[in-house]
Amino acid sequence: MTRMEPASRFNRTEPVEAAPGVARIDVDAVSSKAARSYYAARQPIYPKRAEGTFRTVKWVVMAVTLGIYYLLPWIRWNRGPGLPDQAFLLDFAHQRLFFGPIEIWPQELYFITGILIASALGLFLVTSLAGRMWCGYTCPQTVWTDLMIAVERFWQGDRNARMRLDKSPWTFEKIWKKAATHTTWLAISLATGGVFVFYFRDAPTLARELLTGEAPIVAYVFMALFTATTYVLGGFAREQVCIYMCPWPRIQAAMFDADSLLVSYRGYRGEPRAPHKKGQPWLNRGDCIDCKACVAVCPMGIDIRDGAQMECIQCALCIDACDDIMGKVGRPKGLIAYETFRNMEAASEADRKPVRLVRPRTVLYSVLITVVLAIMGWAWIARSPVEISVIEDRNPLFVRLSDGGIRNGYTLKVLNKTHQAQRFAVRADGIAASELAIVGHDNGDAEIAVEADVVRAVKIYITVPATARADLTGVSTPLRFVVTNLATGNEVIRDTAFRSPGP
Amino acid sequence: MAGHKEVDAVTGIETTGHVWDGDLKELNKPLPRWWLYVLYATIIWSIGYWILYPAWPLVDGYTQGVLGYSQRSEVTRDVAAAKESQTRFVEAIAAREPADIAKDPDLMEFVLRGGAAQFANNCAPCHGRGAQGFKGYPNLNDDDWLWGGTVADIEATIRNGIRSGHAESRESAMPRFGLDQVLTNEQIADTATFVLSLSGQPGDAPAAERGKAIFAEQCVACHGEEGKGMAELGAPNLTDAIWLYGGGKADVEETIRTGRTGVGVMPAWDGKLDPVTIKMLAIYVHALGGGK
Repeated sequence: MTRMEPASRFNRTEPVEAAPGVARIDVDAVSSKAARSYYAARQPIYPKRAEGTFRTVKWVVMAVTLGIYYLLPWIRWNRGPGLPDQAFLLDFAHQRLFFGPIEIWPQELYFITGILIASALGLFLVTSLAGRMWCGYTCPQTVWTDLMIAVERFWQGDRNARMRLDKSPWTFEKIWKKAATHTTWLAISLATGGVFVFYFRDAPTLARELLTGEAPIVAYVFMALFTATTYVLGGFAREQVCIYMCPWPRIQAAMFDADSLLVSYRGYRGEPRAPHKKGQPWLNRGDCIDCKACVAVCPMGIDIRDGAQMECIQCALCIDACDDIMGKVGRPKGLIAYETFRNMEAASEADRKPVRLVRPRTVLYSVLITVVLAIMGWAWIARSPVEISVIEDRNPLFVRLSDGGIRNGYTLKVLNKTHQAQRFAVRADGIAASELAIVGHDNGDAEIAVEADVVRAVKIYITVPATARADLTGVSTPLRFVVTNLATGNEVIRDTAFRSPGP
Repeated sequence: MAGHKEVDAVTGIETTGHVWDGDLKELNKPLPRWWLYVLYATIIWSIGYWILYPAWPLVDGYTQGVLGYSQRSEVTRDVAAAKESQTRFVEAIAAREPADIAKDPDLMEFVLRGGAAQFANNCAPCHGRGAQGFKGYPNLNDDDWLWGGTVADIEATIRNGIRSGHAESRESAMPRFGLDQVLTNEQIADTATFVLSLSGQPGDAPAAERGKAIFAEQCVACHGEEGKGMAELGAPNLTDAIWLYGGGKADVEETIRTGRTGVGVMPAWDGKLDPVTIKMLAIYVHALGGGK
């Protein structure tokens, strides 16, 4: 790339004649061949195998996260007859979410909101403490990409072998190695997509249906979708997802501060970098021998020595690579390490300041997490296994009966969240002479049965006879519905009103 | 200049070569090429849509798409599927007695919900959305029934109507005592005073006494000796608190004078609604709270 003076065509003041009498027009082809570089082809990245502490941690995290993902739908949980026995099930068809002992009804979806808010705040806290831990270790994109790279390495060999293979013509060896890689990728993707749908329907049943072709079409569609995205995003797109698709890398810089531990190259120790020959002194030079091991292992294709950059997912593999090299050349480890911006500005090891974990930012995030979890915990403990709601008839507000009495209509809804059928006695307090009748029940029968795990709505009429009209306090008289669980004696109360033309 | 790019001194990044306002330039940060391919892929995808689904307007209609899809046919299919899923309820309603239906909570819920929808579509214009009625249009929530308040009575009223012209229509006609000069205005006033006294409303005692004699002569044939009415004739109970045309003295006098003839017509729904729907409506109205 030659450095040029600023594009001069607009600055040019004097027209040039192309030939005597023919003006040379001041124009360049906007889309000239040379200018067509507004799109960049992806440069393939061949991450070299790293070994060390962080690589081990990443293997463990991969095993745990993938293990949870693939196995969770198969865990059983006995909830009694008539209810799904899958521990973790998003049962959209029946509008229930099951998480082990926890069962969430549609009107309780705020629990999910609470969990999501707490998770987001947890992510903020971790990010402010130790940078992109989520991106580097647990993000599904990172985990599956890591798995796909491991598969690639298993069939095609490490970095140099893969580069050689890609450059070589299509020999038999290249064909079978590539075929094996893609077959394994597709098998992993298919398993990923297949397991995804198990979260939404009883896993053993659905597995059988999928194999026999009897599963709902939507199961196949989502299975295909997640198979395709796993294959494309994990096998091919990889770092492009983090750099160009994901909004999180752009947001999280807002959570870093001078005390966040970020994967960093300690320039004060490494520079000036230069190759080192055996026996040479380490005086007046940095510890970095410019071996580029850190670059070779990077799955994002960056050079950590360029400093903090948006593309870095902070997977810490460069730390492993560099520590290995430092061991070999006999220098202290930690040339690349989790380090704070504050200490990056230190002139030497001696100037480093202890890392401050307790800071206004981390305290605030911790307090917010505690508050959200406390609210949700309280809501969960206070969650009543039986809820009622009373809806007054609005049209008509009241009915005048032939004997001069007044009748009001109500819809009583009883939510039985328990797993047993329950019987309830219904009564209305507040107007002494009022009579309660449940539609469909014999006169005087004020007991209702509600099956397990359902909402039962009953129509209730309250009548104040003409002789008791004096009990009414006005056009609206307070009335209280009391629903008593006949087995436990627990009462649920809902206040409402009785409407009339007046006493 | 083609082929030669300026490099920005601060960032070390090439510029696009475009300059605005003499000195404003942009860095060339190339978009990944695959992003462009995604755009092309979506365009190709859209072509698939044009072929498969209705897409382009034509002078006369539109391109239908090879799948023959239309939202209308989808709705028709959904409606047919809904009807299909209701079959077992509909058959049960047709086959079973109302008292029997009431014992099946699922079936009863279907009847009440379906009845409510049908009521809103067919009955609400006259009887009101909440079946509360208006002057001349009976309130269906209360326990006073001109033609009887059992499910069977209500069903017959819905099916055949009142003064509807249907062969089995319910027929009743209150004589026009005033207009036809059967009674004088004074006699009508006395009769009204007596009628109101039946439901315990105070009035001039001698007038009521005179009215009682007229009532015995003119009214008992339909309204009964005690004024309690007769459901077989559609004659209302005059002793209760419910008045179709108003319970004031002037209202009652007006009723005696004109007989309220020519106004109260309930259409026969026989033929307009199927028997199951009529039965559902009858059960729904019966369940509004005043059913006998």
